[in-house]
Amino acid sequence: MAQVIGVPKETFPGEKRVATVPEAVPKLAKLGFRVIVQAGAGEAANFNDEAYRAAGAAVVPTASDLWAQSDIVFKVRPPTAAEVGLMREGGTLIGFVWPAQNPDLMQRLAARKATVLAIDALPRQLSRAQKMDALTSMASISGYRAVIEAANAFGRFFNGQVTAAGKVPPAKVFIAGAGVAGLAAIGTAANLGAIVRANDTRAEVADQVVSLGGEFVKVDYEEEGSGGGGYAKVMSEGFQAAQRQMYATQAREADIIITTALIPGKPAPKLISAEMVRSMKPGSVIVDMAAEQGGNCELTEPGEAVVRHGVTIIGYTDLASRLAGQSSTLYSNNLLRLAEELCKAKDGTINVNFDDDAIRGLTVIKEGTVTWPPPPPKLPPAAKPAAKPAVPAAAPKGHGHGAGEPMAVGTLVTMFIVAAVLFLLIGAYAPAAFLGHFTVFVLACFVGYMVVWNVTPALHTPLMSVTNAISSIIIIGALVQIEPLMEAIGAPPIMRPQIIRWLAVGGIALTAINMFGGFAVTQRMLSMFRK
Amino acid sequence: MSSSMVTVSYIAATILFILSLGGLSNPETSRRGNLYGMVGMAIAVLATVAGRVAPAGLGWVAGALAVGGTVGLYLARTVKMTQMPELVAFMHSLVGLVAMLVGYASYIDPTASAGMSGAEITIHHMEIYVGVLIGAVTLSGSVIAFGKLSGRIGGKPLLLPARHWLNLAGLLVVIYFGYAFMRAHSVETGMTPLVVMSVIALAFGIHMVMAIGGADMPVVVSMLNSYSGWAAAATGFMLSNDLLIVTGALVGSSGAILSYIMCRAMNRNFISVIAGGFGGEAAAPAKGDGGAAQPAGEVVSVTAQETAEMLKEAKSVIIVPGYGMAVAQAQHTVFEITRRLRELGKTVRFGIHPVAGRMPGHMNVLLAEAKVPYDIVLEMDEINDDFPDTDVAMVIGANDIVNPSALEDPASPIAGMPVLEVWKAHHSIVMKRSMASGYAGVDNPLFYKENNRMLFGDAKKMLDEVNAALKG
Repeated sequence: MAQVIGVPKETFPGEKRVATVPEAVPKLAKLGFRVIVQAGAGEAANFNDEAYRAAGAAVVPTASDLWAQSDIVFKVRPPTAAEVGLMREGGTLIGFVWPAQNPDLMQRLAARKATVLAIDALPRQLSRAQKMDALTSMASISGYRAVIEAANAFGRFFNGQVTAAGKVPPAKVFIAGAGVAGLAAIGTAANLGAIVRANDTRAEVADQVVSLGGEFVKVDYEEEGSGGGGYAKVMSEGFQAAQRQMYATQAREADIIITTALIPGKPAPKLISAEMVRSMKPGSVIVDMAAEQGGNCELTEPGEAVVRHGVTIIGYTDLASRLAGQSSTLYSNNLLRLAEELCKAKDGTINVNFDDDAIRGLTVIKEGTVTWPPPPPKLPPAAKPAAKPAVPAAAPKGHGHGAGEPMAVGTLVTMFIVAAVLFLLIGAYAPAAFLGHFTVFVLACFVGYMVVWNVTPALHTPLMSVTNAISSIIIIGALVQIEPLMEAIGAPPIMRPQIIRWLAVGGIALTAINMFGGFAVTQRMLSMFRK
Repeated sequence: MSSSMVTVSYIAATILFILSLGGLSNPETSRRGNLYGMVGMAIAVLATVAGRVAPAGLGWVAGALAVGGTVGLYLARTVKMTQMPELVAFMHSLVGLVAMLVGYASYIDPTASAGMSGAEITIHHMEIYVGVLIGAVTLSGSVIAFGKLSGRIGGKPLLLPARHWLNLAGLLVVIYFGYAFMRAHSVETGMTPLVVMSVIALAFGIHMVMAIGGADMPVVVSMLNSYSGWAAAATGFMLSNDLLIVTGALVGSSGAILSYIMCRAMNRNFISVIAGGFGGEAAAPAKGDGGAAQPAGEVVSVTAQETAEMLKEAKSVIIVPGYGMAVAQAQHTVFEITRRLRELGKTVRFGIHPVAGRMPGHMNVLLAEAKVPYDIVLEMDEINDDFPDTDVAMVIGANDIVNPSALEDPASPIAGMPVLEVWKAHHSIVMKRSMASGYAGVDNPLFYKENNRMLFGDAKKMLDEVNAALKG
C-alpha cells in the first residue's frame, strides 16, 4: 500500500519556503509514494497549485485535511503545537526539529506515537549524507543572501572602479566564521569585487577561504579549534583575548562585517562588541547571521535591521526564506534524497533502518520513543590526523622539462668514476683510428641530448618517426657494399660477391621503406598540428 | 666525386640532421625540421652513390630504392593515426634487420678489412659482432612490439620462470661466442659463432618485449627507437663512417631521452620497466590483504544527457584523454564537442599525461589529426595547477593516470607516479566501459569521490550521444 506524503503550507510568520517543489513530485511518485499538497503551500515561493497538479500531486484545501490524510509529512520549520495536534497517530514527520532547543515539541510528538526524522540531526561527517544535508544547502543560500542584504544597505560599490567621475575604492568585507555560510558569503562577496578577509578558529579551512578568493586572517595564538563532526568548539581565554584583538583591528578597517559563528547547542559567541561597532566607519554594515541564536554582535536585534552609531546592523533570521524559490528547490532535493534512502525498495513505504548510520542519526523519535541523542556513529569524526599521508618525496620531483635538478652528488661522483675508468681502458687499448671515430661518437651523443631535451612533449611522436627516418642513414652501409671492388684483393671465393650484393640490395630496399615512409608520415603528422 | 667532396657532403648532412631534430622542438618550426631531415638524407645518399658506388651498381641501387620507396610511401599514406605506434615499431624492426644484413655483408666482404693491422681487425670484428647483436635485438624486439601494439599478440606480460637467469645465461653465451668469433681466422670458422649469437640475440629481443605489459609500451617504443640508433652507430664504426656514427648517436640518445622521460612520468626506473612484470607482483598483494585503503563511498553514474547538461553549465572544461579514446577512435567526436563548447564561450583545454596512449606523444597526434588546435592541448605539468579552478574535468578512457592513490596512498603500487589531479576540479566525469581496474590492477578511488560521476559505455558511442545532446 503506497504511503501518502503530505506537504503543508508553512505557518511560521514570514516563512516563504515549501518542503517539496513540483519538480520533485514525479520523482517521489517513482519511488511509489502519493503526494498531496495543501492549497497555496508553494505560493510564497512562486510555485502555484496548478504546477503541483500538473506534476501529479493532489491538492487538498485545508491544513487539517492534509495532516489527516498524510502518512508522512514533509515540513521546513518545526511544527507548532497546533500542527502536532492535527498529526495522525503514529505518523511520520520529516523536517527541521532542533531537538535540543525544543524539548516541549519532542514531548508532544512522542505523545502522538510519531516517528520523527530531524534533518538538522543528520550526521554530516558521513560523505554519503551530504546529498541530504539541508543545513549545508540552507546555510550556503543564507551566506549568499547575507552579502546581498549587506550590498543593499551599503552605500557604495563592492568593486573598485576608475570612472570619469572619479576613483572608487573596493569595499572591504570581513567574514567571521568560514563554515558553509561563511564560505558562500566569501565567494559571493569576492565575485562582486570586494576585498574579502575571513577568519575561523579551525585553521584547516584557510585553504578553502583562499580558493574562493578570500584572504585568511589568522589569530595570533596557537590552539586547535576543531570540535567533533566538523563544528567549531569553545576556545580558551587566551585565545579569545587574541581573537578580540584581531576583531577590533578588522572592525576599524572593514566596510562590511558578516558574522556566522555558531557553536552547536550554545548561544552564539559575542565577537563584535559595542565598542567595535563604534570604531567602524559611518555607513558600514554588519550582517549577523547568528541572530537567531542571540547574535555575534552585542547590538544585534534578532529579526530586525537597525542603525547603531551610524552602522547598519542586520539581524534577519530568515535569510534563506528570503530566497524562497532557490531554498525550496534545494531543500526539496535534500528531502527527496532522504526519501530514496528510506525507501530503497521503491515500493512506496519507508523503512527506518537503524543499521544505517545516516538514518539512525536523523531519527530523533521512533514510534513514540525518543531516540535522541543518537549513539556516536561508528566512523571517527573525519579522521583528521590520518588524512595527511606521507606524500612520497619523489612525487613532486622532476616536473617539466630541461635537464632538471642537479643530480645527487653521490650519483654524479659514481658516474664520473665509471666514465673515467672506461676512458682509461679505451685510451690504453684502442688504436688511433678507432679513437677518432669514438670522439665523434661521444660528441654526437651530447649534441643529441642537448637538442632533444628541448623538444616539446606534444611532438614526441613526430620526433620518433623523424629520428626513425633519419636512422635509415644506415643505407650508406648497404650502398658502399653493393659493388664491392673484388679485384683489389686476389681471388675471393666465387659466391661471395653475389651474396654481398644481394644482402646489400635487400638492405637498400628495406631502408628505403623506412626512409621514404618515415619522412612522409612525419610530414603528414606535422601538417595536422595547427593553431 | 672525390673523397673530400663526399666528406664535405657528409658534414652538411650531419648539420642538417641536427637542425632537423632541433626544428621539432616546437610545432611552428617542426615542418621545416622535417624538411631539413629530407634534404640531409638526400645529400648523404647522393654523395655516397656518386662517390662510393661503382657504375655497375647504379642499376641495383635505383631498383632497390624504387621498390622500397614505393612501399614506404604507400604505408605512410594509408596508415591511420591510431596505428602510428605499430608503424613506428615496424620501421624500427627494418633498421634492426638492415643493421644485421650490413653486418653480415661486411664480415664476408674481404675488402672491408683489407690493409688493417691485427688490433684493427680485432676491433673491426668486435664492431661487427656488436652491430649485429644490437641489430638483432632491435629487429626481434620491434617485431614483438609491433605484434603487441597491433593486437596480434596479447598485451599481458609473459613472465617465464627464472627469466632474469635466462637472460643472464644468454649474455654469457653471447660473450663466449664473441671470444670464439674474435679468434676465428677465416670467414667460414667465424660464421658459426656469429649465427649462434644472432639467434640468441633474436630470442633475447623477443623475450624482453614479451615480458613488458601494454601500458609500458611508450617506454618500449622509445627504447627500440634508441636501439635502432645505436645499431646505426655500430654500423658506422664497422664501416669507419663518421656520418653513420653521428646520426646513429643522435637517434640513439634521442630515444634514450624519450625513454627516460616516459619512465619518469611513471615514477619508475628504466631497469624495472625493462625487467618487466609490473602489475604482476606488486599489485596482487596490495589488493588482497587490505593494506591499501579500500575506497569508501559510492559510484554515481550519469547518462550522456546529464553529462551534456554538466558541460553546458560549466565555464571551464578540461578533457583528459587516454588509450580508451584511441581504441574507440573517438578523437573526432571529442573535437566536435570541443568546438561546440568553445562556440558557447567556454574554456576547453586538454590535459595530456606523458604516458597516455601507447607511444610518447600518441594523444597529441590523435588530437592533431582531429584538428584540435595544439595551443589548447597542454602537458600535465602545465595544467595540473588549474584543476581547482575548473568546473568539469572529463576523463575519456583513462584510469591509472588519474588515480589519486598515486599521491595519497603510499601503499599503492603506483605511489609516487605523477598523475593528473582531476579530482580537484569541481566535478569530474569518467568515461569508461566498466568498473574494471586499469593496467596496474589498482582500484581507483577517484570513482568513489563525492564530486565524480561515471559515464559507462563505449567512448565513441557515449561521446556521440553527448554531442547530440549538446546540439539539442
